[in-house]
Formats: sequence, C-alpha cells, structure tokens
Amino acid sequence: MSDPGASYPILPGHTSGGRLERVLRSGRFAVTAELNPPDSADPEDTYERALVLSRVCDAINATDASGANCHMSSVGICALLTRAGYSSVMQISCRDRNRIAIQGDVLGAAAMGVSNILCLTGDGVEAGDQPGAKAVFDLDAISLLETIRGMRDDSRFLSGRTITSPPRVLLGAAANPFAPPFDFRPLRLAKKVAAGAQFVQTQYCYDVARLKDYMVAVRDLGLVERCYVLVGVGPLASARAARWIGANVPGVHIPESTIARLEGAADQKDEGKRICVELIQEIREIPGIAGVHVMAYRQEHLVSDIILESGVLEKRLPGHTEDNQAEELS
Amino acid sequence: MRSARRWATRQAGLLETVFDLVDPILRALHPIWRGIGYKRLERPAAAIEALFKKPLFDCQMCGRCQIGASGMTCPMNCPKSMRNGPCGGVRPDGNCEIEPAMPCVWVEAWQGSQRMRGSERISALQPAADHSLTGTSSWLRHIREGREAAERNA
Repeated sequence: MSDPGASYPILPGHTSGGRLERVLRSGRFAVTAELNPPDSADPEDTYERALVLSRVCDAINATDASGANCHMSSVGICALLTRAGYSSVMQISCRDRNRIAIQGDVLGAAAMGVSNILCLTGDGVEAGDQPGAKAVFDLDAISLLETIRGMRDDSRFLSGRTITSPPRVLLGAAANPFAPPFDFRPLRLAKKVAAGAQFVQTQYCYDVARLKDYMVAVRDLGLVERCYVLVGVGPLASARAARWIGANVPGVHIPESTIARLEGAADQKDEGKRICVELIQEIREIPGIAGVHVMAYRQEHLVSDIILESGVLEKRLPGHTEDNQAEELS
Repeated sequence: MRSARRWATRQAGLLETVFDLVDPILRALHPIWRGIGYKRLERPAAAIEALFKKPLFDCQMCGRCQIGASGMTCPMNCPKSMRNGPCGGVRPDGNCEIEPAMPCVWVEAWQGSQRMRGSERISALQPAADHSLTGTSSWLRHIREGREAAERNA
C-alpha cells in the first residue's frame, strides 16, 4: 500500500478495515493504550510516545483534551499516527465541539485512515486548565454514537443529507462500572450498545470485585456477544499520586487497600507497576473480557514491560513485521 | 426549587398516574386545538407549561420533554445536558462531578424510574436535543404529533 494510513481490506461482516476489529473478532486478547498528547507542535514528540506503545498495542488511543486540559488535538495526533502507519483510536468528546464540527471531523479522520472512533461525553471544563471555557455538550455520548453509526451504515449526516462515501469505522464508547448508580451501569452499557457501540474501554479498574459484579449483569444482558469489553488499567506512580488521582480525576476510584499497599512498599513506583500486572492477569480471567486498555499517564515507557510481564499477548507481537501481522490476523 | 425537584422524583409514580389520566383528555380535545390553531396556541401553551414544570422540575423548556423516561427528573439540569444516563464522573456519594453539592440528576432519575410502572422507559434511546425547539411547548407538540401519527395510521 502506498498510503501508510490506508487500512486493510474490509473482511465480510466487519465494519472497518482496522487492525483492532480483526484482533477482537478473532477472539484474541486485545491490548490498547493511551497516548498522552504533547503540549507541543513538534511531530517527533508524538512519534516518540507512539513508538514505545506500538510494540505491544493493537491500537493507540488519541485522547481529546482529556480532563478538559488543552493538548495537541485527537485529530492532529491521528493525522500523525496514520501517516506513520500506526493503528489509532480517535477519541471524540462532546464537550468542545457541536454536531456540525464533529461530523466533519469524522469524515476527515476516516479519510486519513482512522479505523476506530471512541465516543465520549467528556469531562466538565471545570476539571481542566481552562475552567472559563464555554462547555458545548451539544450531543451526549449516546447521540454521538447514533450519529456516527448513521453516517457509516446509512451514509447520512444527522440532518439526513447524503454522504457519498461513508466513514468505515469501528465504534467504541467508555464505561465506568466504578461510579454510582451501580445498578444502572449495566443498563447504561446496554443503551450504548443499542446506539452502536461495538467495543467499550472502561475507566481505570482498581476494584476487581466491583468489576466482576458488573460483568455478571453485563453477561446476563447478553452484551458481551455484541460488544467487546476492554478494561482500563494503569500503573500508579506512588501513593501520593494515587490519592491525587482519586481526588482530582473525575470518575476514578482507588481503594484504600491499594494505596496502603503502595505506601508500604520500599519502591512505590515498582510496586505500582506490579499491581498493574497483577490486575491485568486477574481481569483476564473474568469471562467476557476482550482485552485491556492501558492508561499510563506520563509513564508510557512502562507499558511494554507491563504488557509483556502480564503475558496476555501470548506469542503475539503487534507492532512487528508485516508477516507476523498477516499470520495472526488471517 | 431543589426540594420541589426532589419531591417530584420521590413521587414519580404519582406523577406518572396524573400524566396517564390527563394525556388522553388533552389528546381527545385535538379538534378544539386544531380549531383554534396550534400555531396560535403555542405561546400560551408554553407559558402554562412553564408555570407547572419550572417550579416542579426546574424545567429548562427544551421543547422535547422526556421526564417520563428519566424518573420525572429533568435531564437538562445535568451540567452536561446528558439525555441518556449518567456520565462516568459521578462522585462516590452520588453527587455531580461538576457541581459537587448537587446530587447527580441521573442518580435521582434512576431512583425515580424505579418508582414508576414504566420503569423500563429509562432504557429507551433519546435523540440529541433539538436546540431550535428551546422555549416551545413540548405538551402541544406531543399532542399534535400523537394525533397526526394516529391519523396517518388510520
């Protein structure tokens, strides 16, 4: 392929030509990871971060001003990633753009070779570095999913106007099993699946018992047959960092027992990494889990060690030679 | 206002009953509404609707009311205007990510929905709000569209 951003041929029954959909549909345990976008206009800053993740990831998430903090945009990151041939998940938050801007970005992203889009409502502007900004929230995550599904499956904008060549993307959403109202969370996932979510990436999981309860309900609703669940994980740098995240990052809950374990360790950073490896191994055993999504804030360099130590890739090496990819994805 | 809102959520079952009684009457009066003209009725209807719904639900007059599908809680009071359920930022105490002193609109919606006979309606997908309808009467639209649909099917 002359265009490195060009996707694979779309297999029968698939909605995208992306690597992630092929891995998920093949039943292999998928690994995605979040790239922390730089506060810089230098493409090398993005490539440096992508390179360390790509060795062990089936797709790299490009965040869209997560936590309402301003960084290089997800469209910009995806333009760079696709140009270099990386598989990406473009995150779209409803906080900063209205339906007109978002639908335009979806077409642009698909044209660049983005095969996966994650639909998010987004954190409030109050959480970020520019709390005086006007929050948009024209759509919510679910109406965003329906909008893009309509663009893809019916070749129509939300207005009904025709799209001549639809965006061939795999649609994802976020899920947070760790925030109240807990009884509603599985039904909320069902709504997202009904709206078009084919995979979900969850908020950071540090409470496996809570996740297991959630997955019982999710399996009972028949959702794991219709939607791939990737569980969010990440290494905690220290007990102090864990407390800060718990208090300041919306929707993240870190149990006291985890913080106590970090505090009691001689090397807290190493312990954080070990906790993450153990979590991945435990999560993998839960029926219906399709993969993990690693969010290592400012610790991308640890991701490949964590994934390799966890053993979830078995013999797969996502970022390596074309031959290896062809074999595993056939 | 917030205490009235909480009362409405607690009495979601009662409000559902009242709605179910009044709705067919208002629909049956369709020939009268049509005689007067729906367009001419728009402003007074919106004013009457606001009179009831603002104190009771902190109604934001989005023009496409869905409180029956959100436990008699107005979802437009969510700082993110979420119309399909709670975001992932709900605090451990059930309060809002953005306004820490306010209970999450959707935590209350869930509780309200569980007091309704139509508790499953909270699972219905709601389309994005149409901002061109803001300030208009959703009751009038509901009656007119309901009757028009019935006439088309007849």
